Amino acid sequence: MPSLGTSFGRGGATDFQQDLQNSDCIVVMGSNMAENHPVGFQWVMEARERGAKVIHVDPRFTRTSAMATKWVGIRPGRDIAFLGGIVNYILENGLYFDEYVRAYTNAPVIIDEDYVDAEDADGLFSGWNEDEGKYDTESWQYEGVEMHGAAGNRETKGHQAHGSHGGGIRQGEPPSEDPTLQHPRCVFQLLKKHFRRYTPELVSDACGVSVEDFRFVADALVQASGRERTAAFVYSVGWTQHTVGVQYIRTAAIIQQLLGNMGRPGGGIVALRGHASIQGSTDIPTLFDTLPGYLPIPNVAHHGDFEEFMLANIAPTGWWGKFKSYWVSLMVAYFGPSATADNDWLFAQLPRIDDDNSAYWTLQEMLEGRVQGYILAGENPCVGNANGKAHRQGFAKLDWLVVRDLVEIESASFWYDSPEIETGELVTSEIPTEVFFLPAAAHTEKDGSFTNTQRLLQWHWQATEPKQDARSDLWFYFHLGKRIKALLEDSREQRDELVHFLQWDYPTHSAVLEPSAEAVLAEIGGYETASRRPLAGYKELQDDGSTACGCWIYSGVYADGVNQAARKKPHWEQNTYALEWAWAWPANRRILYNRASADPEGNPWSERKKLTFWNGEKWESLDVPDFDETKAPDYVPPEGATGPDAIAGTHPFIMQADGRSWLYVPQGLVDGPLPTHYEPQESPFDNPLYGRRANPARQQHEGARWDPYNAPGDPRFPYVVTTYRLTEHHTAGGMSRSVPYLAELQPEMFCEVSPELADETGLEHGGWATIYTARAAIEARVLVTRRMRPLVVRGRTTHTVGLPYHWGQRLLTTGDSANDLMHAALDPNVHIMETKAATCGIRPGRRPRGRRLVRFLEELRS
Amino acid sequence: MTSLASGIEAWQDEQRERVGFFTDTSVCIGCKACEVACKEWNLVPQDGQVWTGNSYDNTGELSANTWRHVAFIEQEKPLKVEDGAIGLRWLMESDVCKHCTHAGCLDVCPTGALFRTEFGTVVVQEDVCNGCGYCVPACPFGVIAKREEPKDGRVFKCTLCYDRLRGGHEPACAKACPTQSIQFGPVDELRTRADERLAKLHGDGWNGAQLYLRDPDDGIGGGGAFFLLLDDPEVYGLPPDPVVPTARLGEMWRTMATAAAAVAVGIVGAFLVGSRS
Repeated sequence: MPSLGTSFGRGGATDFQQDLQNSDCIVVMGSNMAENHPVGFQWVMEARERGAKVIHVDPRFTRTSAMATKWVGIRPGRDIAFLGGIVNYILENGLYFDEYVRAYTNAPVIIDEDYVDAEDADGLFSGWNEDEGKYDTESWQYEGVEMHGAAGNRETKGHQAHGSHGGGIRQGEPPSEDPTLQHPRCVFQLLKKHFRRYTPELVSDACGVSVEDFRFVADALVQASGRERTAAFVYSVGWTQHTVGVQYIRTAAIIQQLLGNMGRPGGGIVALRGHASIQGSTDIPTLFDTLPGYLPIPNVAHHGDFEEFMLANIAPTGWWGKFKSYWVSLMVAYFGPSATADNDWLFAQLPRIDDDNSAYWTLQEMLEGRVQGYILAGENPCVGNANGKAHRQGFAKLDWLVVRDLVEIESASFWYDSPEIETGELVTSEIPTEVFFLPAAAHTEKDGSFTNTQRLLQWHWQATEPKQDARSDLWFYFHLGKRIKALLEDSREQRDELVHFLQWDYPTHSAVLEPSAEAVLAEIGGYETASRRPLAGYKELQDDGSTACGCWIYSGVYADGVNQAARKKPHWEQNTYALEWAWAWPANRRILYNRASADPEGNPWSERKKLTFWNGEKWESLDVPDFDETKAPDYVPPEGATGPDAIAGTHPFIMQADGRSWLYVPQGLVDGPLPTHYEPQESPFDNPLYGRRANPARQQHEGARWDPYNAPGDPRFPYVVTTYRLTEHHTAGGMSRSVPYLAELQPEMFCEVSPELADETGLEHGGWATIYTARAAIEARVLVTRRMRPLVVRGRTTHTVGLPYHWGQRLLTTGDSANDLMHAALDPNVHIMETKAATCGIRPGRRPRGRRLVRFLEELRS
Repeated sequence: MTSLASGIEAWQDEQRERVGFFTDTSVCIGCKACEVACKEWNLVPQDGQVWTGNSYDNTGELSANTWRHVAFIEQEKPLKVEDGAIGLRWLMESDVCKHCTHAGCLDVCPTGALFRTEFGTVVVQEDVCNGCGYCVPACPFGVIAKREEPKDGRVFKCTLCYDRLRGGHEPACAKACPTQSIQFGPVDELRTRADERLAKLHGDGWNGAQLYLRDPDDGIGGGGAFFLLLDDPEVYGLPPDPVVPTARLGEMWRTMATAAAAVAVGIVGAFLVGSRS
């Protein structure tokens, strides 16, 4: 989550869903919260009952729209234009929360004179290198400062940029500021200039939203902000799954900063994660480029020795100044006494990344025959990822594939029943891949925790033994590790040293030797190595090997030797913040940056929105204060202060090197310091604002036969297509298409189209449609509905085809896979595919079968 | 006609406060958690995989194998009276057996398989039901129905989770409902809550808000399960003015008795007249 990370300091939802009830206005955008997060949505309903405006901005009228007080239909892929319009509306009309903006954001900071805004260069920022397709971010810096991205975020000048956290400044506070916000190069003025052309009329023209509707949303937000009120944003993958998705979220972050809605009850940006422990899977990552707690994995190209690595990662100011203690404690948790100061905590032996190494990069390598084996756990890429066909063809080139799932999913059976077997593009007897299907235990069959959408670790207990050969993930990786250690026991190879050193000694129980999940949690929470005393929190972490901690941001989850995540005191027995229900990172805080709920002097902005305040001696809060509890509001860092001590008493964003939220992001993002409207990779339109049509820094697989793109404006693909989920099914369907009670509720793949589009193309309600792109053609039943509305964009009526993406060729309900249609051009910050906006053609009737389908697609590509 | 009072009173000391559902459709998000929770708890079979094309409703109706059914109605009407801008709304309503005060199914059941529980709910005992099917046309809502498999004609419907009630738990659907659209509780209390809710929605200008089966004086004596709707009942596929078919049973019997008596008198008279001649 580099968008929230770079803007505020931490890559997580800034608020919790229950707090939405305290909101005066909730804008749900890029999210279908009622359908995909129905339990959390009760708090939006509660806010509505209390009189809050609930606004849903979405291409479709969904179950969320049905509950909203206002639905605004928007063309997919135009959210930055819409949100940028709100930024402009706020700035041009002077509607921002002046005191908050001056005190808590980087609005006064003056930017380097070499910086050139996209507004002055037809959609390109300064530093663009056309040959490499990348930006050099040097000119984006604060004036007079060598800016310093925060942890996980060091390599924007080189290969990588994965800012999930805020930045650092080498010399403390920004040297050049203009408190009057008048300097032409101060962030505030740059922001104003950058969004000046995002007028209500432009928004209307670009997004297909009426000027009245746009004003309604902007006014609702403004009226629900300020001292007495707060507004919240809710988003999900409708924002992230774009080639410029990170910048969608950044635009909302700018609005929330300008309106002073961060760190306050009923405010913030709620990032809804797609399923049970997605937040957890980035905190303790399944990502290729980070270690637990968003610590970066060293890169062969940029990190030589340990000192160099530390130098690159220790921020002089803010809490990333303690980077070394987080790092060393992790290495001690991994390798125990084998990691010492003398051997640089085994830094030299640690594996490096050498390239992008993300999922689609790996797919490309696979297709070129350079990947031998692949382990899929709880993931069904043949249905859930963009361009399913490329995945099936890639898997068919592996030597081996391990699939761990509850049922035999499409990604495990591709070699005998995939659509390519039907067309003859894959032949079972010619596929060399050896597929191992290993049944997985369900959450009811194992102990463990989920880290939910609001950073809350909630423990669950095993209710029943797994059936037959099904095993928990913990069991699988623990025993896999044991076997690898045993296999390499006699090896004297240097490359195997880390395996020898690895501490892998969790206690086991039950007949199958299930490892203790609590023991793992205890290690994640951290302990003092000498006494094994559990740590109270990350502030106790040391850089000398005297503490071990498996994930510094989770430190304290096992404080006092108690599984804090297993606390289940209901909210009606405590206050709204329910601090004794489970445990949230960091430090059990529910609302991040809550120091900002008080004014610079430490008084609440208003009684109505009181949360954290200075009582003369310390910070008091209904939540856990997100600030050094005894640091007074008038604290000014002494000369030469470092780390957290360098953050002034008036700066609430303690993870940022300057303690402020960032309207303008000088370091940490690879596609611009300010969000800029670009068209999706595939679009029927040009960019109404710039010569640059799409995000210049986006990742494409140009020229790759496996991922062809529909050319902009290609008349064969005149419609916009977007994909989504339904309440009744779960992502790629493995957990819902296999359940009779869910399969019957949405028993067939369908497409949603407006009556106007049905008329134009001859589609009949209840009949069949063939939907096609350069990648694939699929068929679906036709649901004609008024909930899909044609929009007038740039004077032209445009239609959107809606496709749920749950289906595949297997399980109780089968159907073509919407993601087969989608391409794999990616957001450059997070390597996520653009499945929320592409172009397609649609025609009545079922799709061609067998070789005829192959010929149909060949003709489309010619 | 069996009055509810006598039905519950028959339980004497075991009688409990009458409980039911108030389903507030103004907060229903159409998630169908009620449908699934009901089936999970009560082991109700799958009801067939048919894509209807009728909005997101692929369940269709209440049946022997569907005891909660969420209706989806797409309308070109504004949600609130003054909110003319969109003119589009999507109504969702979780339907269920009404547990009528005057229950036709119960009245006509010859075996006692259907009975009034100590909670005032109407439950069919599957081990007593003989499959005669009299109850099926006796329900004004088409709730109770026969299962196609096995073909023994037995009927099934919502029990208001009788087993859960006896264990002190709320019914599965109400427990699963994330937005408190399905509220469970004592019927008297729910009626008060419904009245307050209706007043609030009217005050807020909601379009078409009305209570359905809340009135104890209606044709079924009020539902143990009643509803707040946002349009007329017909829109949701519900009968606008349901009357228990056995309501006129007494009157019918009296009429029949009168007619029979008249015939008898006639016949006897005829004999008398005949014997005289």
